[in-house]
Amino acid sequence: MTDTAGKAIPIGATMFGGWRPLAARYPFVVVSAIIITLTVLAAVFAPLLWTTNPLDLNPLQRLRPPSEASWFGTDQFGRDIWTRVVYGTRVSLAVGIAVAVLSISIGLFIGLTAGYIRILDGIVMRVMDGLMAIPGVLLAIALVSLSGASLTTVIIAITVPEIPRVVRLVRAVVLTVREEPYVEAAIAAGTSLPMILIRHVLPNCVPALIVQATYVCASAMLTEAILSFLGAGTPPEIPSWGNMMAEGRAFFPIAPRIILFPGAALALTILAVNVLGDGLRDRLDPKLARRV
Amino acid sequence: MPPVLNVENLTVQLPAGADRLNAVEDVSFSVAPGEIVCVVGESGSGKSVTAHSIMGLLPRRQFTIASGRVLLEGGELLTKSAAEMRAIRGDRISMIFQEPMTALNPVMKVGDQIAEVLDIHTDLNEGERRARALEVMEAVRLPDPERMIDAYPHQLSGGQRQRIMIAAALVLDPALLIADEPTTALDVTTQAQILKLIKELRERRNTGVLFITHDFGVVAEVASRVVVMQHGKVVEQGTTEEVLRRPKHDYTRMLIRSVPSLSPPARAPIDNEPIVLQTNNLTKTYVSGGFFAKRRVVEAAKDVNLLVRRGETLGVVGESGSGKSTVARCIARLIDPTDGAILIKGADVAKLSASALRPHRKRVQIVFQDPYRSLNPRRNVGASITEGPVNFGMSPQAAHERARELMRLVGLDPDALSRFPHQFSGGQRQRVCIARALAMEPEILVADEPVSALDVSVQAQVLELIDDVRKRFSLAVLFITHDLRVAAQVCDRIAVMHKGEVVEEGATAAVFGAPQHAYTRALFDSAPGRNFEFGKFET
Repeated sequence: MTDTAGKAIPIGATMFGGWRPLAARYPFVVVSAIIITLTVLAAVFAPLLWTTNPLDLNPLQRLRPPSEASWFGTDQFGRDIWTRVVYGTRVSLAVGIAVAVLSISIGLFIGLTAGYIRILDGIVMRVMDGLMAIPGVLLAIALVSLSGASLTTVIIAITVPEIPRVVRLVRAVVLTVREEPYVEAAIAAGTSLPMILIRHVLPNCVPALIVQATYVCASAMLTEAILSFLGAGTPPEIPSWGNMMAEGRAFFPIAPRIILFPGAALALTILAVNVLGDGLRDRLDPKLARRV
Repeated sequence: MPPVLNVENLTVQLPAGADRLNAVEDVSFSVAPGEIVCVVGESGSGKSVTAHSIMGLLPRRQFTIASGRVLLEGGELLTKSAAEMRAIRGDRISMIFQEPMTALNPVMKVGDQIAEVLDIHTDLNEGERRARALEVMEAVRLPDPERMIDAYPHQLSGGQRQRIMIAAALVLDPALLIADEPTTALDVTTQAQILKLIKELRERRNTGVLFITHDFGVVAEVASRVVVMQHGKVVEQGTTEEVLRRPKHDYTRMLIRSVPSLSPPARAPIDNEPIVLQTNNLTKTYVSGGFFAKRRVVEAAKDVNLLVRRGETLGVVGESGSGKSTVARCIARLIDPTDGAILIKGADVAKLSASALRPHRKRVQIVFQDPYRSLNPRRNVGASITEGPVNFGMSPQAAHERARELMRLVGLDPDALSRFPHQFSGGQRQRVCIARALAMEPEILVADEPVSALDVSVQAQVLELIDDVRKRFSLAVLFITHDLRVAAQVCDRIAVMHKGEVVEEGATAAVFGAPQHAYTRALFDSAPGRNFEFGKFET
């Protein structure tokens, strides 16, 4: 290191300039981003997408194969499958995003506190270990059955088992950052504990959390579908992909499309979110980089 | 005698977009049997790339060897296949690294790590391998090899680990030993032993040694010939006498002149200034262990009594583990002392609670060793400098104005306040850290190894800056260092620490002139190049 160095590297170049090469290197990430965008658009503009009312029963039109009128055919109650798949994106995205936001915010708060306040650390982390010992789906089923089925309950039930993982991640970052000399310099400069956490520790957690949020989002969508499929999830009147598959199960031999279309939508969305998460991780957290 | 190693016009390209085209450009030198050739240069000079290209260990994706030849005992190395290079490495060339802890496998007995080399390159059976390992451990002067051969790396000291590394490197009697900063991570007394060992081994075994270093003291100690590198090019080479006494190139002269002298300059004693900082029987005890581990009590600092007057620099000198950093961190109250008093202008702050301590915080500021970690990478340096004053109620505008002033004072462009740490070099970052400390208008500046991570030419500038701000603001400076040369130049008084205790204390000239304690004498005797007066050139 010579003192002549220290050339100006524009911040933008390091933060965003690398996105274009990223697209060339990871075509799947770009495809995933497009799929996710389409999913979001479908959820927002569902009524405009040549759909009918997803709850309309039509006993005369039961189990019809795909046609001009109903693109994906109809189910055992004569409901339009295309309509229900499109409306299903609303449930999946709502659950995925809500769980990601909730579990990251709660986990961040607990993780910061546990990582920095040593007395709390032992207690909080043992509680988290306990939560992690119970399978997530099992815990979610228990929580839903305790409080009755609604979209809110499902979101809470999926959030709770996701929190410990976020807490561990945040705590790990806090434990490394708190030893850094710049944090000690801030202490010597009289910075209060909350300010140290917000100014110095939090920004170092953000990249890891963004990546973690995508994984939480994907896994929440999957858990929601599992819960609905088992009948412990969103109430049956709400058109969610899990519900559709659960109801179509009995008709699988004669009308496999009732399960296949929502199943494919679910698989595609979750895959896209996961691949996007991997891409973000490679970009934001080069230490963990692994080829997608 | 034909040379063991001949490097001819070696050019290694850096990947596109790096700060220069070639990592190494048109480098030529040779190493004869039984000769120690030192390659000296500052960081980024290409010395390690040179060593790694000889070993065939360059990461292929980043570096391309554009031209040149590397001949080992007359045979070209650059055209060899990976398998052929593997056969040569360890057998004909071997390498020792800077960090003996990470270079050894922590879950493998050290004897097995030496024997592994034999297992790969020879047909010896297990018993013979063990015998050879014992023999070579004896040769590198490890105490009690019979017992040590079954030890794991963590059971050995840093110096012993480096000896194991050297033993593994020498077990097959290579023609060439490449040593990449082998003593940089070691304490000075251990370094002296390892340097002695390397000198002895090359005499006994006639091995050619390529010794990479940044330390001119080490060069004066071991080198037969010296190659000086800058920005990937060889600027000068010749015998040690020639290069150190009669350097031709300006860069070499500048480097040698930057090496601080071991003889302290005359300083007027500072006796009538008020005492700013005083510690009385300062003690810090660490207790480890718990449920499963045995309770262990470590006295990191024991009954430390120090005293610093206004405008005075007190040097705390010692090796790693001597407790000097513990003392510094206690005084800055980054850790809580177990016992004793810390008096800042007579007020005891040793036991104050966080809130009671707050008004005293700004009176003690600290500058850390590693300039790469002491600034938050995600905040611009302006935010780092103004953080403290704003905490204590200064308005952000006023703090910013003050920061601009301080940037000028430490020799940086005030407009650089909006830049981020990665846009500065190591020396510049250390200047920013000094500005940050000064922003609090402290009375005491604790400098914890502030120049140890810097190149020698930058080191001189930062030391000058610290001395300058001491005079300008009449600061009491507590200067922690392991480097005797640096201590000799900047300190008014010196306290020598050993195993948590101050063993000797006095005016710098007195301690350097006539050390009283046996440990101090051993420490001074280990300083590399102590018999060499740097910067006195003959024409």
